Amino acid sequence: MKLKKILPQLLTLLFIILVFGFFTMNAQENMGARGLEFGFGFLKTQASFDIQFSLIDYDGSHTYARAYLVGLLNTLLVAFIGIILATLLGAVIGVARLSPNYLIRKTASFYIEFFRNIPLLLQIFFWYFAALRALPMLEDAPMLLNSSFMTIKGLYTPAPIWTNFDVFFTTIIAAMIIIFFFARYAKKKQEQEGKRLPVFFISLAIFIFLPLLTFLIGGVDLSWSYPVIRQMSQSSYTFDGGLKIPPELIALTLALTLYTATFIAENVRAGIQGIGKGQKEAAASIGLTPNQVLKLVIMPQALRIIIPPTTNQYLNLTKNSSLAAAIAYPDLVLVFAGTAMMQTGRAIEIVGITMATYLTISLGISLLMNWYNKRIAIQEK
Amino acid sequence: MFKYSKKLFAILAAASMLFVVACEQQGGKQSKGKSKTLKNTQSKGFVRCGVSQGLPGFSNADAAGNWTGVDVDVCRAVAAAVLGDANKVKYTPLSAKERFTALTSGEIDILSRNTTWTLSRDADIGLTFVGVNFYDGQGFMVRKDSGITSTSQFKNGISACTNIGTTTELNMRDFFNSKGISYEPVAFEKADEVVAAYDSGRCDTYTTDKSGLAAQRTKMTNPDDHIVLPETISKEPLGPVVRQGDAVWEDIVRWSLNVMIEAEEYGISSSNADMMKTSENPAVKRLVGTEGELGSYLGLDQDWSLRIIKQVGNYGESYKRNIADTGILPDRGPNNIWTQGGLLYTPPAR
Repeated sequence: MKLKKILPQLLTLLFIILVFGFFTMNAQENMGARGLEFGFGFLKTQASFDIQFSLIDYDGSHTYARAYLVGLLNTLLVAFIGIILATLLGAVIGVARLSPNYLIRKTASFYIEFFRNIPLLLQIFFWYFAALRALPMLEDAPMLLNSSFMTIKGLYTPAPIWTNFDVFFTTIIAAMIIIFFFARYAKKKQEQEGKRLPVFFISLAIFIFLPLLTFLIGGVDLSWSYPVIRQMSQSSYTFDGGLKIPPELIALTLALTLYTATFIAENVRAGIQGIGKGQKEAAASIGLTPNQVLKLVIMPQALRIIIPPTTNQYLNLTKNSSLAAAIAYPDLVLVFAGTAMMQTGRAIEIVGITMATYLTISLGISLLMNWYNKRIAIQEK
Repeated sequence: MFKYSKKLFAILAAASMLFVVACEQQGGKQSKGKSKTLKNTQSKGFVRCGVSQGLPGFSNADAAGNWTGVDVDVCRAVAAAVLGDANKVKYTPLSAKERFTALTSGEIDILSRNTTWTLSRDADIGLTFVGVNFYDGQGFMVRKDSGITSTSQFKNGISACTNIGTTTELNMRDFFNSKGISYEPVAFEKADEVVAAYDSGRCDTYTTDKSGLAAQRTKMTNPDDHIVLPETISKEPLGPVVRQGDAVWEDIVRWSLNVMIEAEEYGISSSNADMMKTSENPAVKRLVGTEGELGSYLGLDQDWSLRIIKQVGNYGESYKRNIADTGILPDRGPNNIWTQGGLLYTPPAR
């Protein structure tokens, strides 16, 4: 009887092994027939190509492994910015969708229906090839905030130049740790004595005051390098100094944010609508202010509904960022599964690494969100 | 119990079928003798040819889906030689990134897509280059109103649009590094997007093979606003590629190209090929199939080369039709027969 129970599982396992074995054998056979060798040695060789935009020090004299890292960081950068902006925008639109104001409600609905029903790639092309192309050439660009320029070649802003940045950074971390323990203390105090401390304002004060202090006594200093225009030829210009944000990054972030925010907005709406009216009325009846009702009663419950589908949207956004290849944003797919694959011809190895990387990023986001979801779940006692 | 064993049977059947398929595949690979690619091509009835996604003069499809260009003509020549009809070609448009994988994985049998012959490509990734059908070199295009007339006027901070995954990306780095100029590489996957980005002002210069620049210039909003700079920064011998490991097929493709070039050398064209059958010159007679048995060495019939010349034409006709008459590069430059001061020189077909 026991055998009967595990036999199907054993067979399934055997079947999977056979399929994988077949694929491996077939790949090896075919690669062998074409004189190809499987291996990752190429990662240590010189890449010989440059990359437009990199968060770490890189040029063509570095290795393919380094080029991989550049691509990976660029992917993570656009995913990170995209997730934060999409969450903020999604939350606002989701709440606006339930607004009693007719105009706000309808505008939010229109935004959602419009942006979520147009294919993402088209939106990326629109922002890159239509919207950003309408920006002025460098020499005609108006100065924004007395320091920045939004041009067809990208956004040029002042770049910070730090002295003793490590002191500043350590202080920020220290401030965060202090805030964490303070919040725990405040909660405990409230539970024991029923007193509520203004946690938010005190935290904010710590967060601003402590790092500021380092400027006065920690030897930290901050100056700015401003972009200065320089003529390269009769009709072309460039900026020296400052920080350059390429238009590819801007277009991709815009498109990913606007697209994903529509889905998050719907999740937020569903979450809020999923909480019974009685909850709100009961909370109000025990004397909570409307703000407290939202913060202490509605949101903790709504989040439970919102988080799981929103995790999916975060994963989608991260994977969709690979559409970057269409507009020359040097993400993992363009740099590694594109240029590096072409230059080395190691298709199987590189596609394998790229797939494993996306899988790892996705699983990482899932784990994080699951952990958060568990934390806010109802504690059954 | 009955239901359960039925399921079991289905799984077992599926697994054993996979095994049979696997064994069959291996058996097929081990059989030697006649070219497997040739056999497959003849049984399918068409040549599987990988081309570009649209490069005027080399491989470009018109509105009706008819492909033309000097790269296309190589595939047409092979089809004429192997299948007797130059039109029996199935074209697969490929990006620079996809092209080698498509060839090594067996999706196509000839890659004729303005591909530069380099040592690493020839030796390291399972490919074999069979010849050169266009001698090219990398150049730069700039806007006329920039006043730039030479690459020596390039300044630090210049942004350059190009395609990813090509030798262009590597040459560009070598060039700017050797000149000590800092630059911003903006690399797109598709040529059309490179053109659109450069045309709109995203980049100060557009760099690729000079033939490509000349062809893409015709796609700009105002072609006359752009000039190709005179400097050539690299050698780019472009030619057809086949998979490594099928020597007979490799020979067929190589000699189909060589026949076109040699036919021009001896003055045989699509219009006079039949008359040339009575020529006194043995070299001419070998090309039109009235002397020798060249076809049989390749596993083909006697008229294979005659069909290439009659249906596709010699190299000069192909160049004139696709590149000169379309205004892309009226001057043949290095792409002329060696007897006319060019670089086209083939081993004798004998």
